[in-house]
Amino acid sequence: MSMPDNRLERRQALHEDRRARYERMVEIRALENKVQDLFDEGLVHGTTHLCLGQEAVAVGVAAAARVSDTVTCTYRGHGVALALGLTPVDLLGEILGREIGSIGGIGGSMHLCEPDVGLLPTFAIVGAGIPVAAGAALTAQVRGTDDAALAVFGDGSTNIGAFHEALNLASIWNLPVVFVCENNQYGEYSRIDLTTPVDDIAVRAQAYNMPSEVVDGQDPDNAADAVAAALMRARTGGGPTLIEMKTYRYAGHSRADTAPYRPEGEFERWYEKDPIVNYGRQLVDEGLLSGDDLDAVKTLVDESIAAAVETVLASPAPPMAAMFDNVLAP
Amino acid sequence: MNQAISAAIADEMRADPDVIVLGEDVAVAEGPFKTSAGLLDEFGPLRVRDTPISEMGFLGAAVGAAATGLRPVVEIMFVEFLGVALDQLSTEGAKFHYLSGGRVTVPLTIRASVGAGLGFGTQHSQTLESWVMGTPGLKLAVASGPASAYGLMRAAIRDDNPIVVLEPRRLYAQREDVTTGPEGVIPLGIARQVVDGDDATIVALGSTVGTTAQAEAAASWSADVIDLQSLQPWDRDTVYESVARTGRLVTVEENPLFGGWGADIVAAVAADLFGELKAPPLRITAPDVPVPFGKELEERYMPSSDYINEQVTGLLHTGRVPSPWWEAEKGSP
Ligand SMILES: Cc1ncc(C[n+]2csc(CCOP(=O)(O)OP(=O)(O)O)c2C)c(N)n1
Ligand SMILES: [Mg+2]
Repeated sequence: MSMPDNRLERRQALHEDRRARYERMVEIRALENKVQDLFDEGLVHGTTHLCLGQEAVAVGVAAAARVSDTVTCTYRGHGVALALGLTPVDLLGEILGREIGSIGGIGGSMHLCEPDVGLLPTFAIVGAGIPVAAGAALTAQVRGTDDAALAVFGDGSTNIGAFHEALNLASIWNLPVVFVCENNQYGEYSRIDLTTPVDDIAVRAQAYNMPSEVVDGQDPDNAADAVAAALMRARTGGGPTLIEMKTYRYAGHSRADTAPYRPEGEFERWYEKDPIVNYGRQLVDEGLLSGDDLDAVKTLVDESIAAAVETVLASPAPPMAAMFDNVLAP
Repeated sequence: MNQAISAAIADEMRADPDVIVLGEDVAVAEGPFKTSAGLLDEFGPLRVRDTPISEMGFLGAAVGAAATGLRPVVEIMFVEFLGVALDQLSTEGAKFHYLSGGRVTVPLTIRASVGAGLGFGTQHSQTLESWVMGTPGLKLAVASGPASAYGLMRAAIRDDNPIVVLEPRRLYAQREDVTTGPEGVIPLGIARQVVDGDDATIVALGSTVGTTAQAEAAASWSADVIDLQSLQPWDRDTVYESVARTGRLVTVEENPLFGGWGADIVAAVAADLFGELKAPPLRITAPDVPVPFGKELEERYMPSSDYINEQVTGLLHTGRVPSPWWEAEKGSP
């Protein structure tokens, strides 16, 4: 077993090999735990939003989409970015504000980008990426390619105007776009039922005459299959789809939030569906991996994250002059 | 400062049952910055409400509630989120009084946190007075610390106009004794002289008030340091009186150079006190770039007290406006 460090190969691996999907989920979790540690040690300037518990959604989306598809995602985007192919050094470098980071340490935890794998600059404004994905789909439609676009966003984002306007637009223009809602049950400190009057976000698609589906987002194959089917529809002129991935945010909203508002037993109930534990077990049952292999993946990933941290900590902060670069295109 | 804001809102809610509070996580969680502590407990869920993430919706609802008799206090967690609701504020609420021949008033307070310095990144670090100050029909005040936040907030809630109160979030953790009650109220449109001096008049706002006072205390020169407090309307009398005496005007702004509030202060002073000036007006600002994240870069972005000191010293020694720090930086490889 070896883990590619090239972004495109990292992406390719998810299409071909279910073991790579497992590895990537383990990597996302290890990286997020490391980010929390670094934050607790005072090494992270600013804020962090972890996607612990939501690893399967990220891996499913990336496994289904191809690199010429465009993806928009949120500040809770470390998992999606790693799954799309960005490396731990790209992420940790950005989160720790180093020149070696995804955009040179100018953006921080909420601002990642890698056009080579289809990732537009990630959005720190709730809902903002949803119409932008519709626009990326418009490009494919106007140019006549069979590329598509995907917007990944939270449950809370479906209460903002941008969500509704984007779905309506995508529907009347029949745009090749897949709207992937990560329903992790919370928007900040508020449980979804306090802010949202429907049990399933997916029903909101009905108002736009758009197909939609509720998907178990804790299984990467399931997630990938649902996204792949929607992408196929998009590429062949069938228009947009809304997919609601049921998932769970293990950590608090950000930084030091320990989620005291969570009802007792809720986390434990969701942990029974843990994507990494269950998928690992499934691959062992299928004979694709052994129990020892699972341990080996963990060791390998931990080593690679530790090496990435070392590389990043040894690398310089961006020079002052970097803040003046790229304000306008030449 | 967050405690002072909670206290100001609570005092107004006690005084007037029409005051209500709306925003994301303001009720049960008491605000992401703890600026509505105790409000839900004391005033209940009818008057203190958590909203969905729907700024256009709840700001628009606040305009409607204000136009029909309530006095809503709306929290926009980061001022950038005003972007998705700007129509309701600038094009609707700000125009009601005008477009009703004065028969409809919109007593609405919008609070928003602003500014750099905490590593929140490019989309959560701007000050954005410029989004608000050029719209007739809106008032704008900026808090510079706990007492200022308390006093301005109370005045804002009592005012019969839509008013935006900006709160530099770097200052939420700042603590000082605050006079509460009627004596603590700060009338809108009145500046406050923080420091008395001779060589220049330095006008500061929000986060730059403290930095400027610090710079003055350490400097070889002395200056009047004025906390403008209100930007729309702003207190010409206090500024003009000081400039007439010192002969020099400096503004200190956390925003980019182009389009910053200081340009309007400078334009007014240059026009009205042309003959009294001993030196060209100096604007000390951030550079014309988005707010960068890297810690050193973000620190450099904001005018520091050392930089303020250096710039004012340069002005006093040469009689000319010194070049900003980035002129040298930009050229370097
Ligand atoms: C327009 C806007 N309003 C408010 C916020 C503050 N905010 C950041 S994340 C968040 C919760 C979003 O919840 P959800 O869409 O469910 O995404 P999750 O964080 O759960 O991934 C809020 C309110 C914001 N960034 N942008
Ligand atoms: Mg959520």
